[in-house]
Amino acid sequence: MTLLSILFGFIITAIILLIARYNPLQIYGVIVKGVFSKPKYIAYTIIKSTPLILTGVSIAFALKTGLLNIGAEGQFIVGTIVASMAGYFFNLPPVIHPIVVMVVAIIFGGLWGALIGALKAKFGIHEVISSIMLNWIALYAHNAVINIPAFFERTNKAHTIKDSASIVFLEGFKNSESGKEWLLDHPGIRDILKAPVNYGIIIAILVAILIWFILNKTTLGFRLRAVGYNKFAAEYGGINVKRNIVTSMFISGSVSGLAGALMILGVSKGITTLSAMEGYGLDGIGVALIAGNSPIACIFSGLFFGALKYGGSKIQARPIEAPKEIISIMIGTIIFFIAIPRIVKVLKRLTGRKGVTR
Amino acid sequence: MKNITKKFGHLTANDNINLTVYKGEVHALLGENGAGKSTLMNQLYGMIEPTSGEIYINGNKVNVNNPNVAIANGIGMVHQHFMLVEPFTVVENIILGSEITKYGVLDMKKAKEEIVELSEKYSLYVNPDDKIEDITVGMQQRVEILKALYRGADILILDEPTSVLTPQEIKELVIIIDNLTKEGKSVIIITHKLKEIKQVADNCTIIRRGKRIDTVKVDEVTEEELAAKMVGREVTFKVPKEDRETSDTVLSIDNITVKNNRGLVAVDGLSLEVKRGEIVGIAGVDGNGQSELVEAITGLRKIEKGHVKINGKDITNMTPRKIIDNKVSTIPENRQKVGLVLDFSIYENMILENYHKEPFSKKGILQKDKIIDNAKNLIKQFDIRPTDETVLAKSLSGGNQQKVIIAREIMNNPDLLIATQPTRGLDVGAIEYVHKELVKQRDRNKAVLLVSLELDEVMNVSDRIAVIYEGKIKYVVDAKEATEAKLGLEMAGGKK
Repeated sequence: MTLLSILFGFIITAIILLIARYNPLQIYGVIVKGVFSKPKYIAYTIIKSTPLILTGVSIAFALKTGLLNIGAEGQFIVGTIVASMAGYFFNLPPVIHPIVVMVVAIIFGGLWGALIGALKAKFGIHEVISSIMLNWIALYAHNAVINIPAFFERTNKAHTIKDSASIVFLEGFKNSESGKEWLLDHPGIRDILKAPVNYGIIIAILVAILIWFILNKTTLGFRLRAVGYNKFAAEYGGINVKRNIVTSMFISGSVSGLAGALMILGVSKGITTLSAMEGYGLDGIGVALIAGNSPIACIFSGLFFGALKYGGSKIQARPIEAPKEIISIMIGTIIFFIAIPRIVKVLKRLTGRKGVTR
Repeated sequence: MKNITKKFGHLTANDNINLTVYKGEVHALLGENGAGKSTLMNQLYGMIEPTSGEIYINGNKVNVNNPNVAIANGIGMVHQHFMLVEPFTVVENIILGSEITKYGVLDMKKAKEEIVELSEKYSLYVNPDDKIEDITVGMQQRVEILKALYRGADILILDEPTSVLTPQEIKELVIIIDNLTKEGKSVIIITHKLKEIKQVADNCTIIRRGKRIDTVKVDEVTEEELAAKMVGREVTFKVPKEDRETSDTVLSIDNITVKNNRGLVAVDGLSLEVKRGEIVGIAGVDGNGQSELVEAITGLRKIEKGHVKINGKDITNMTPRKIIDNKVSTIPENRQKVGLVLDFSIYENMILENYHKEPFSKKGILQKDKIIDNAKNLIKQFDIRPTDETVLAKSLSGGNQQKVIIAREIMNNPDLLIATQPTRGLDVGAIEYVHKELVKQRDRNKAVLLVSLELDEVMNVSDRIAVIYEGKIKYVVDAKEATEAKLGLEMAGGKK
């Protein structure tokens, strides 16, 4: 079903490309080569997918519990803020430092999400509205925080995190003298390590599995799903609907916050002024939809998304020099076809009547 | 309908059924839940297609492969669960899909005129400008009937029409059906209500397990005979129960006041007691505070004044969770909205209230094997069909959905079991079953509070009957001494 939608997405995009006078096969070729032809590229794809997997899991989880967490973007940003601060201001030994940073990001991301839940539970404010507003508040807070004197390094840039907080794979090694020498003899590995390969992907996969476990195997997950499917029956069965909405949003927010933290710890190492939201949270919606709201499937759809985005960035280079918006069109078309499965059903009905059973 | 067979994979829902309906006839389709009556009518209305067999309308063979074909051939259907847009008005709902336009603009004036004409012709009184969400269920049903008539229906299929009506509205529906047939329309009613078949139908076709058992002239059979044909065995209507001694008071409601959704007082200084070993039935016309009363006792609605005690303990305004823990279980009025999570499986619904307790979970982790065992046991004990515990609740028939809820509530072993409209939409076999369970519960020396709009049910099942009127209990009587006349009078306010 999903595969059919993806196929449709590729076909329709090919048509659009033809109309825009690009060669779809050439473009698709560039993307595939851009992702798979070198180990370094594969590494970059994985790195790019890591935050997407997590924001996807965050939103998939929320959807399973009946909530639309558009606030993943803001929770991600909050995660980056507290991660970069905890990464810089705390003095802790390696391994401990990144763990503490992640915990802090989980807590604050969770609280940012729980706030949305509380507004809904207490005042009935729809989570989409409060989400979007909190996203903007997070963005401006992010930029404001950079200017705090203790944190400020230079214009538009805050201090980078301490080395002890990094989760980049073999970072110390690849930057040391002996390391650099060794790598000269091993060009393949040197190539891969040029990318900030980090432990984030492992953490993302583990978190996806954890969320799946919580949702399907625990009493907490049972309660949250009951509330998500039918809050009336849940209430009648003794479940505290309001409290569980807040809990759901906390968990969802914490996963997005973690995504932001992993981004800081593994890739960007610090925050710089954002002119606009980077879109990880919003992309997470697409990831979750393609994954059919299954946390485990988010791993794969996150990688798929990451591949499209990373490989897609290469079409801007010669010889094609296509605008990057093409990639957005492609991703958008695929999501369009997945999020609207009815189109496929309607097409089926037009070609051969299949009855509706009651 | 000739030799209609409908298969869903291996399941044969309709097996070579023949049905003939004449002009101006009221024909009842009688059968248990899952017998195949709705499936048969859905084929007539074009919602599904027969696997084999033919449909002839006015002598012409018609291939009814979607509702538009059915409508074009004069067939209209009113479903058990209405298909109305709640925020829209009566007129808007009736014309939806068949709008009259004048140069592309909706001609509401003309539509309203036509509708008023129709409604007067068939005595289907409605106010065209009312919003669906504001009108009573009885009126909503009339809107559904008008919808069908507006599209020129000559054959009207009514699916369980009386399951949502008050006794008064049922009387009005009988008149409406009479008016329809006088105008030459044919009416097919799908129903379990034997009494109403006797009141309104000319002929009745009984369907059991997908097969047509018999077609009879309603005047020539008794209700008992109809029931026996439907179920395949003898069915008793009188609930067999022995006298019991009552003992301690379990439920004590003391002068409570409860408001409804619009902020008006629905329960107005109500007091009532239910003891161990008895079934107290609350009789009353819908809208006199019964729903609010039950919600108040179970913690779903605020009690403004007064107290409710269970076994002497004050549970006024406690959370639903705490009240359940105080050994109160409820069979809710609306099984699909409140009683079940339709997207959950049978085994998940079975533990809706107890998922957090051992043996179903240990330290927060669900113990799936114990949960499945529990579901398998209950399915067997309560004869729930289909017997696969992984089936989603939304795929079950109404009767089986109700059985899941009853199984779950009774297994909680409550001291007080509240049953609200427990047999709504159920067939005779299932009703017999539910009543037996309620009596069993009372024989276990527990207390049962029955709230029902079916006066017959209240009279047959209860030990004591209390009549609710405008939020108060004014009349309580021993079931043995109760008469339908006196109860009916009290339900209407008690004035002559």
